[in-house]
Amino acid sequence: MIRLTDVAKEYPRSGVALAQISFEVKKGEFVYLTGPSGSGKTTILKLLYLDDKPSRGEVWVNGVSSKTATGREISRLRRRLGIVFQDFRLLEDRTAEANVRFALEVTGAPKATIRAKVARVLTQVGLAAKATSFPPELSGGEQQRVAIARALINDPFVLIADEPTGNLDERATRGVFQLLRDINSSGTAVIMATHDLDLVRRSNYRTIELNHGRVVFDSAESPASARPFEEPWEVRETPPDSTEGI
Amino acid sequence: MRSAREALTASRRAPLLSALGVVTIAFSLFAFGLFGLVAINIRKALDQVEERVEVRAFVSDSTDIESVAAAMKDIGEFPEVLRVDYVSKEKALERARKEMGEFADVFEAGVLPASIEVHLRPGMRSPTSVRSVADRMKTYSFIDDVRYGEEWVEKLYRLRNIATVAGIALGVAFAAVAIIIIGATIRMTVLARAKEISIMRLVGATDMFIRLPFLIDGLVKGVLGGLLALVFVWVANRVVNEYFMETIFFDRQLVFLGVVGGAVMGVLGSLVSVGRHLRRI
Ligand SMILES: Nc1ncnc2c1ncn2[C@@H]1O[C@H](COP(=O)(O)OP(=O)(O)O)[C@@H](O)[C@H]1O
Ligand SMILES: [Mg+2]
Repeated sequence: MIRLTDVAKEYPRSGVALAQISFEVKKGEFVYLTGPSGSGKTTILKLLYLDDKPSRGEVWVNGVSSKTATGREISRLRRRLGIVFQDFRLLEDRTAEANVRFALEVTGAPKATIRAKVARVLTQVGLAAKATSFPPELSGGEQQRVAIARALINDPFVLIADEPTGNLDERATRGVFQLLRDINSSGTAVIMATHDLDLVRRSNYRTIELNHGRVVFDSAESPASARPFEEPWEVRETPPDSTEGI
Repeated sequence: MRSAREALTASRRAPLLSALGVVTIAFSLFAFGLFGLVAINIRKALDQVEERVEVRAFVSDSTDIESVAAAMKDIGEFPEVLRVDYVSKEKALERARKEMGEFADVFEAGVLPASIEVHLRPGMRSPTSVRSVADRMKTYSFIDDVRYGEEWVEKLYRLRNIATVAGIALGVAFAAVAIIIIGATIRMTVLARAKEISIMRLVGATDMFIRLPFLIDGLVKGVLGGLLALVFVWVANRVVNEYFMETIFFDRQLVFLGVVGGAVMGVLGSLVSVGRHLRRI
């Protein structure tokens, strides 16, 4: 479904952002992308939604290759992706409902189905009651739920989330995280970049850790003990998820 | 339609700059139009004059009619030549009398020489081709002198060329400014809507879908500028007609072409700007 083969990314001024990145994400998988700030998490996610192209190597997403993708193919691919950011990226002058609807309207979805779909995803994220609120009237956690609703509107096969809890307090973080788990358990893959190690440790999902643009750990490939965390890996309560690939 | 609605909201964000864009497009087309009018009116005058362009070769008195007939046959085969007539001394006198009216008596038979009168084909009446025909006719020994309306044909041609060049130069200069201003207004709206556009990108709106409102914006401004220019040129033409001389106005195709020109400028301005700035968002 998603495959990176020996991907490197260099920026003209800041140099190497990613090097020798290879991994695969299977259908329905939940993957954490961790690592310190500046380690390349955001860059990898950008490559996944083809916002940028790798300097070397190839990125495959749902049959679309970074080497050959046309603008039209990229647009079509993104309709099958859900993308969520730390800063929500909502339009402040539109209601929650309008923000979600926007994603359907600008991709030319048939009008007849829009209303029902919007109501469904707002209910799914637990915000049906706040449909007519504007983003500034919502808490951070609620705004992120609107953003997630917008990401879900096209029934994505994967939800890509870049530090989605980075701006949220403890309680809201737990809520959003639970929501992402629910979304994952209904079959949507989730790739979530975070440097919240507590969150990572508390759950048993596959973890890919980056440092200086390289993969230093992938729980799908290495035994748990090889994990370069300062704390022992025993914190984990359950063994790695059985859906994890090779 | 969503795109059209969005195009209008875009213009509302920068009303002054938008108006300026429309006015510069109008100025550009006004310059084209004004000099274009001068050019088509000179063109019309030239057409009338050209119909009368003739080359007249005066024949020596002593020439025998056979040589003249042979020369006429030769000249008639020049590719530029439409018709060759012989004007005898008697006919020349008759014409002169008719033209001079009350002074008709002044002329006496034998004063005016016989001549060969040559009319040229349409499209072959430019100063150079007239001169070349005249030069070839001069080579006959019995032809004393060749005359044609040399100076004023050349003057008219020169005037028309100047009007055309001036119109194009001024119009192009204004057009460049118009495209830059339209580009600037569109850039402002692109930047004002940067967040919206980046979200559209993320959720999979196509480039064309994102561009369309801006292109419509440019198109509308261009057409408005074209119509405004049309009003300017029409008023200018009315004024000239009223106070100076009778002129002709553009026909329907040229008017349409002018408005299309405005539309092209508007779309070009937005294309340049949108292409450059969308990529950075
Ligand atoms: N658009 C860019 N231009 C230049 N350098 C960049 C750009 N985006 C990221 N980088 C560099 O790439 C490296 C990885 O950044 P990033 O992927 O944002 O890290 P993270 O998301 O893990 O904090 C950093 O050194 C950063 O400075
Ligand atoms: Mg980041």
